[in-house]
Amino acid sequence: MNPRRLFLATAAIILSGLSAPALAQDKSQEKSIVVSSTTSTTDSGLFTHILPLFKAKTGIEVKVVSQGTGQALDTGRRGDADVVFVHARSQEEKFVADGFGVKRFPVMYNDFILIGPKSDPAGIKGGKGVVAALKTIKDKAAPFISRGDKSGTHSAELNLWKVAGVDIAGADKGPWYKEIGQGMGAALNTASASNAYVLGDRGTWLSFKNRGDLDIVVEGDNKLFNQYGVILVNPEKHPSVKKEFGQAFIDWIVSSEGQKAIADYKINGNQLFFPNAGASGA
Amino acid sequence: MRAFQTDLPIVLDDVSILMRDVAILDSVTLTLGAGAPTILIGPNGSGKTTLLRVAMGLLGPSKGWVTWGGRDESAPLRRAIVFQRPAMLRRSAIGNILYALAAAGVPRAARKARADELLQLVGLRDLAGRAARRMSGGEQQRLALARALAKDPEILFLDEPAASLDPAATKALEDIIRDVAARGIKVVMSTHDLGEARRLGGEIVLMHRGRVIEIAGARAFFDNPCTEAARRFVAGELLV
Amino acid sequence: MPTDASAIDLVLRADPALIAIVKLSLFVSLSAVFMAALVGIPLGALIALTRFPGRDAAIVILNALMGLPPVVVGLVVYLLLSRAGPLGSFGILFTPAAMIVAQAILVTPIIAALARQTIEDLWSEYRDELAALNVGPLRRVLTLIRDARFSLVTALLAGFGRAAAEVGAVIIVGGNIDGFTRTMTTAIALETSKGDLPLAIGLGMVLIALVVVVNALAWAVRRAGERYAG
Repeated sequence: MNPRRLFLATAAIILSGLSAPALAQDKSQEKSIVVSSTTSTTDSGLFTHILPLFKAKTGIEVKVVSQGTGQALDTGRRGDADVVFVHARSQEEKFVADGFGVKRFPVMYNDFILIGPKSDPAGIKGGKGVVAALKTIKDKAAPFISRGDKSGTHSAELNLWKVAGVDIAGADKGPWYKEIGQGMGAALNTASASNAYVLGDRGTWLSFKNRGDLDIVVEGDNKLFNQYGVILVNPEKHPSVKKEFGQAFIDWIVSSEGQKAIADYKINGNQLFFPNAGASGA
Repeated sequence: MRAFQTDLPIVLDDVSILMRDVAILDSVTLTLGAGAPTILIGPNGSGKTTLLRVAMGLLGPSKGWVTWGGRDESAPLRRAIVFQRPAMLRRSAIGNILYALAAAGVPRAARKARADELLQLVGLRDLAGRAARRMSGGEQQRLALARALAKDPEILFLDEPAASLDPAATKALEDIIRDVAARGIKVVMSTHDLGEARRLGGEIVLMHRGRVIEIAGARAFFDNPCTEAARRFVAGELLV
Repeated sequence: MPTDASAIDLVLRADPALIAIVKLSLFVSLSAVFMAALVGIPLGALIALTRFPGRDAAIVILNALMGLPPVVVGLVVYLLLSRAGPLGSFGILFTPAAMIVAQAILVTPIIAALARQTIEDLWSEYRDELAALNVGPLRRVLTLIRDARFSLVTALLAGFGRAAAEVGAVIIVGGNIDGFTRTMTTAIALETSKGDLPLAIGLGMVLIALVVVVNALAWAVRRAGERYAG
């Protein structure tokens, strides 16, 4: 066999061998939906736990695209996802009000925690009041890492600064406050490397492995409550939306079975998410 | 399509080639007709290579005219050339010849036998499968010759074919050139080796500084040169 | 993929999820290189063999496009393939097909620019010979591509290296969907953001090993070819 034929034959074998599984996956796509969600939800590992249960029951495959909250909603707005599953209530309500989503269903909550170095340079460890803690960080100009990516966590953080009376975007901003413009994991990695404070969600924190000298400094304040909602993208705006499969997913996740699956997800014995689909005002 | 018209005689009429206002060929008038080999001699830089390229049709004159068999335009269907440093295609020896046969429009079924024949002619039959670029200088020259003959040319141009060969390889090449000429192919060859010109020549063209100095039969040229420059060149003096 | 296993364990146990990721990465990047070659090599040959006004500018632009930022390509392809975009009706956003398209766009200028250089060099060597053999324009192009094929392998490898290594484009248009569009690089990005740095490093090692293996295979083909064709 001359080298050219050998080369072509090798290339053909490799490509066909590789394409077979990929094409097989394409067929299973027929009964599948795309859910756009946030990086923090994906990083927590929740979907890896609950999606196999949903698939076993309905045969529907859920493909999760994880993005920042803003981008996740935008993906829904463009019709590139069937369902959005995020945690930014005011933005979600606007999404529905603008006609991009059918209806918002509350699903569950987790909580934010204030994380900082064990040495605690600002001396705020153990306090319950996140607002007071943030004021102290600012007064002492202790290093603080902000997501700065317009995510749900970022907007929650900005909101807390506002409540604390700190003009973080203007007069009170200083070199101690660094916006990194990245996801939760990257923010934790940065805080770990630079011994800084950071606001994070408990789910990502629990599954995060590169903690270094970081620890929780403030938790349990009801201002740190983080509500998740799920919304079917409006099929009237985007006919490509798989309405029935998407609705089936929403119906399941707010059902007692789906809610139990969420409650059952634990890391090292810690429950990460607290189902509250029935709760009014959530 | 094979052209059945003849390309002979090739007539250069007052041809000049200018490159950045320097005359590489300066008002050359020359007729290349059928018959014994024509040998271009002269020192390096005298314009021999350029004259061959113009006669081959690879280079258009800046001034003057060239005609092939009376036609002023002609694709090189029946003219072939072996360059001084021929480029070997990245194929085997026989692959080089098969390529030239395909380019000349020889039907696929006839190519293999014809390629074997040409390799036999230049004595490379045993090296048919060797990568052409891995052959020696002499072997490459002979392969280039076989490749040039693939189109069954009426005229064969050779540019200093023996310039970098040792005496044995030169002898082998000259034998093939004689054989080619004996088959009725018009050979036009450049060399700066007087001995080679004497051995092969039918007609000698002496060039110097882009001009044709003297055209004569080989015997007349060597025994009784007409011009002072030719006399000095034959005597072995340096033309500068 | 279980996050409690070390990367070496995953490799030794031939973890099916890891194997699937490796296969998808290879499939996407090799397909992208294949498609880019179909466009890039003829384009490079065309620029190498023709003379036209603005040719120098075209070469400069082509060379500059070798440094196309993957995120920009990803974003543009995302906007094109989005349901709201002009090619949205194909519905291929967040599929391997979209990733192939994005990587092919990224790699085409690399292959075209390197192919242009290679073919132009060979052309300067072959030019007189092919003219003397009265070879027409089409056969001329095919001859140059064929005879430069072992050098062109280097261009393909450069393209493959770029495609296999980039994360910016595939993560935007593929979405890093577990078991569907997760490649080596997006998995590394994900594990890094989870703070699982050992697993991320392990996956990185696997990726580097793969690129080395592909290069070694291509090199062997090239050497064998040179022995045969010179």
